[in-house]
Amino acid sequence: MKVPLSWLREYVDLPAVTAHEVAEKLTAAGLKLEAVTSYGHDVKNVVVGEVLSVEELEGFKKPIRHCQVEVGEAAPRQIVCGATNFAAGDRVPVVLPGGVLPGGFEVGARKTYGRMSEGMICSERELGLGDDHSGIMVLPEGTPIGVDVVELLGLREDVIELEITPDIGYALSIRGVAREAATAFGVAFRDPADVSPPIESGPSYPASIADPTACDRFVLREIHGFDPHAPSPFWLRARLTRAGMRPVSLAVDVTNYVMLELGQPLHAFDATRLTGEIVVRRAQPGEKLETLDHVVRALHPEDVLITDGSGVISMAGTMGGLHTEISDDSTDIVIEAAHFSASGIARMSRRHNLVSEASKRFERGVDRELPLYASWRAVRLLAELGGGTIQPGATHAAIEVEPVRVSMPSGHPGTVAGTHYDRGTVIRRLEQVGCTVEEGSAAPAGELAAKLAVTGDDMLTVTPPSWRPDLTDPNDLAEEVIRLEGYENLPSILPAAPAGAGLTEGQRLRRRVGRALAAAGYVEILAYPFVGERDFDNLQLPEDDARRRAVRLANPLSEDEPLMRTTLLPGLLKTLVRNVGRGFGDVALFETGLVYRPAAGAPERAPVLGVERRPTEEELASIEGALPAQPRRVAVVLAGELQRSGWWGKGRAATWADAVEAARTVAREAGVDLQVRADRHEPWHPGRCAALYAGETLVGHAGELHPRVIEAYGLPPRTCAMELELTRLEAVLPGPAETPPVSAYPVATQDVALIVDAAVPVAEVETALREGAGGLLESIRLFDVYTGAQAGEGRKSLAYTLRFRAADRTLTVEETTAARDAAVALAGERTGARLRGA
Amino acid sequence: MSNYDPVEVTPLHADEMARMQADALDAIKAARDLDELKQARLAHAGDRSPIALANREIGALPPAARAEAGKRIGAARKAVADALAERQSQLEAERDERVLVEETVDVTLPWDHAPRGARHPLTTLQERIADAFVAMGYEVAEGPELEGEWFNFDALNIAPDHPARSEHDTFFVESVDSGKVLRTQTSPVQIRALLSRELPVYVISPGKVFRTDELDATHTPVFHQVEGLAIDEGLTMAHLKGTLDRFAEVMFGEGITTRFRPNYFPFTEPSAEMDLKCFVCRGASAVPGNPPCRTCKSEGWIEWGGCGMVNPRVLVACGVDPARYSGFAFGMGIERTLMFRHNAEDMRDMVEGDVRFTLPFGMEV
Repeated sequence: MKVPLSWLREYVDLPAVTAHEVAEKLTAAGLKLEAVTSYGHDVKNVVVGEVLSVEELEGFKKPIRHCQVEVGEAAPRQIVCGATNFAAGDRVPVVLPGGVLPGGFEVGARKTYGRMSEGMICSERELGLGDDHSGIMVLPEGTPIGVDVVELLGLREDVIELEITPDIGYALSIRGVAREAATAFGVAFRDPADVSPPIESGPSYPASIADPTACDRFVLREIHGFDPHAPSPFWLRARLTRAGMRPVSLAVDVTNYVMLELGQPLHAFDATRLTGEIVVRRAQPGEKLETLDHVVRALHPEDVLITDGSGVISMAGTMGGLHTEISDDSTDIVIEAAHFSASGIARMSRRHNLVSEASKRFERGVDRELPLYASWRAVRLLAELGGGTIQPGATHAAIEVEPVRVSMPSGHPGTVAGTHYDRGTVIRRLEQVGCTVEEGSAAPAGELAAKLAVTGDDMLTVTPPSWRPDLTDPNDLAEEVIRLEGYENLPSILPAAPAGAGLTEGQRLRRRVGRALAAAGYVEILAYPFVGERDFDNLQLPEDDARRRAVRLANPLSEDEPLMRTTLLPGLLKTLVRNVGRGFGDVALFETGLVYRPAAGAPERAPVLGVERRPTEEELASIEGALPAQPRRVAVVLAGELQRSGWWGKGRAATWADAVEAARTVAREAGVDLQVRADRHEPWHPGRCAALYAGETLVGHAGELHPRVIEAYGLPPRTCAMELELTRLEAVLPGPAETPPVSAYPVATQDVALIVDAAVPVAEVETALREGAGGLLESIRLFDVYTGAQAGEGRKSLAYTLRFRAADRTLTVEETTAARDAAVALAGERTGARLRGA
Repeated sequence: MSNYDPVEVTPLHADEMARMQADALDAIKAARDLDELKQARLAHAGDRSPIALANREIGALPPAARAEAGKRIGAARKAVADALAERQSQLEAERDERVLVEETVDVTLPWDHAPRGARHPLTTLQERIADAFVAMGYEVAEGPELEGEWFNFDALNIAPDHPARSEHDTFFVESVDSGKVLRTQTSPVQIRALLSRELPVYVISPGKVFRTDELDATHTPVFHQVEGLAIDEGLTMAHLKGTLDRFAEVMFGEGITTRFRPNYFPFTEPSAEMDLKCFVCRGASAVPGNPPCRTCKSEGWIEWGGCGMVNPRVLVACGVDPARYSGFAFGMGIERTLMFRHNAEDMRDMVEGDVRFTLPFGMEV
């Protein structure tokens, strides 16, 4: 809302303060300052002149005039001008040499088109008043020569732009802002709606309300013999322009002016285009309307419409129809001022994606008592500025509405604030807002109001004013008192919360995982969770892969990425490519975040429940059941060297094994011993893909990516990745670690070299050795894998160190040898392993 | 004197002893390294050294002469042993000196063969904020990012026709009437906390939220908020102010407090916009004539978030009796906090995942 300060000052006796000081007070009251714009403060030496004579200069490509202009000095000024819309005898604004126009544009005396030009005759645009540059501005006859144009036209203006929150529609008007300013400065407020319309005996143009849920007040007034060519006076156009609206024609400008001043949207119909009674109703099937913007709109059965005998003539409070619009030759005008349902207009505006100054106001709530006054103000202005006769009578269709009454103890605002406001203060503040305050309490109107009711001593019953439909609950009233008493005066008291339980195990785990991966060299990213089908193709996912079943957005930012991720990898891979492209070839990234996995056969719709009570468990479950599963995952991608080359020698390229180790890093933080099995799973290389298990639960995969994936994303060769579902890991957290026995007896070490088939997974051999060795085994470590000729064709040799120790004695050679033999025997039995050389 | 006739035992003569001792000391002195000293030790202090051999001769002396000869040998041995020890430590020191010099390296060589990674500052900032509240007794509550419309809007008193609902540029799950959205705020977690937890409730909920804004320097469609909720008996707006003042001090230092301005949020009533006193200039830059402040744009205050008393309608929707319980809620943007706390000027840097942006933040922010 843009508020010209001069307009505001018409209705509130503001002290001599700057626009910023006004804005500060309004901000403290909840009307937040967006910007202050100053106009005309730099303009100087612009005076009224009379054109004494005009000489047309010949020989130029465009008409050029050399004028003698009387400006109230000793002698007339001679000025060259390119405009032709004036004649000798016209009064015009003249900037004299040394003068300054808006924007700091200085004007001097200079020679042009072969003549001296001592200044300039100005157009409206040159004076900083809108867009009119079609000709120079001709002032009314009799405007005194030599007077300062800045003063005359009120060119100096400060405009305060305020952000109006959606609850206070009344502040989308000079009237509303003036009321707040008056309260903030503690000065008098004159209500611009106080225009005393005459008591009308009969109706004007016939109208009725057919749907009382759509409209509860509908007022029409008529003016005949209006001059459609009468221009809007300068002050009107200036005000509209400063307030951010474009002047159009007198009739339109007047309706806009009254809307800005009072907050009541108005519509002007050409009376000769109307047929029969006007009826406010909802749309019927198949109805259409071509609106002012030349768009033919198919109407929805819930749309709120103004209709006449010919059909639909306007989308109520949103946009008028083209056919009944006033035009350059409309002399008989019907002015409509109504109060429409806020939700009705809101829905219609959203359905048709059509937001207008009117719909913005109706959505946010318009004073339902305004139509009679605003329509009177409008027809009077029209008659005053455009001639014509106001027709007697006013059509007034209205549905009785019970006013809202809210009861609360006088102490309630203080209870909410945590301070004390005395009774007189509470009443005074509410009255300043416009409320009527009575003693005693009124019964709550309805079940919800009963739940919201506040009881106590010294009950007050408050009737909010018609322009505050947002005040419905005791806390709404409390807010009015607290904000007017000043938020800055609230005490600051730290409450004593009960002792909390700290972070959950899952939350702690997430932090540990993040730190562990970062310590291992990975950099965290937070990618957008949007993906496209193309990502699934790039990842080489089979047609029936569950990860292709993704949530689709109705209004994605990009048509290429309308889906919600089912895996973290696309975001990580694209980020990896970006880093490589920026010159970082050795890169290791990780992300922790949710993936969205719709269950097959889940309901399409999540019901939208009521809010008058707590939903039942079944109702809540019906929402949950329609939401996709959203497990938390962690994933890494890595390429280039994980250990860098340097003066110490060659580094080490990241491999599948690092990806698996990243999974182990994560699992270690969870205290989970990860089992690794070979797997074939897209997007991994079929021969370099590890499935990761916690016990029997599959928790993720790791390895080198499939070459086709690497090609599709443009990744560096041999890029590796790991993805693991933290939510599954959290489910198997082992709890506190058991204290291990720490034996001080000596260790006994035995090395074994085993020959196995090359296809036998090492993990199986190790498991067998571990189990076979029994309780004396302290640790086992694979220290060599050999696949040369001595191992034999298609075989490999695995060399292990087994360390044995007992808790209570020094082991004998016989004991450790027996344990080792048992280990080898079990490995042989399970995996076909035999001792090398045996 | 005894009548025993002493036999001449040459090696025990005082002159002879002095010569042996002098030989030994010369040899020790002449040893140039530890090996030569070892030779000298064998030759002059070993079992077969002249002094040791002389010692064996004592028995041949008449008893009256033995004591004196013993004394002489003892003195000689001590002198030799002392000299050996001294030379030993001298030579060891010399050797150490030499070896350690030889082993000198250039300690300025780099050793970044396994560089550390880093956590994203938006993650660690959320943790830091959560920790500030956990220390006040709050627990960290969580909820889904793809949320039911009822949780994201209706239960928060944002009715379907409410202008606030259309002001949230919402991502809808297909189709538009699916009743499912990407949450536009972390506030639905409030509802989940109230429905699932025992009262009183003090929770903080950081997380990811979504609005249909195009990415630019100050907007991103996916961003992060942290939301707090306290519902208890007798909570007031003064408690809200106290809580946020404390939080501001924990995050930004002593004396950095908050300021409230009236605002509107459907789920709180009364509602306020919360400003943070500038922690750089402490408000001084707002006074004309003082140097300007980049952090607060010389306004003295930094817009930080929104807050208010939980609207009793929200409590009703969650089955909490507003006659008995009241409370407050507050929220702030993490990206915005990172921007002013760390002079991060472009939101795109937080989104793109360039390692150069993230690495300097390390493990904590």
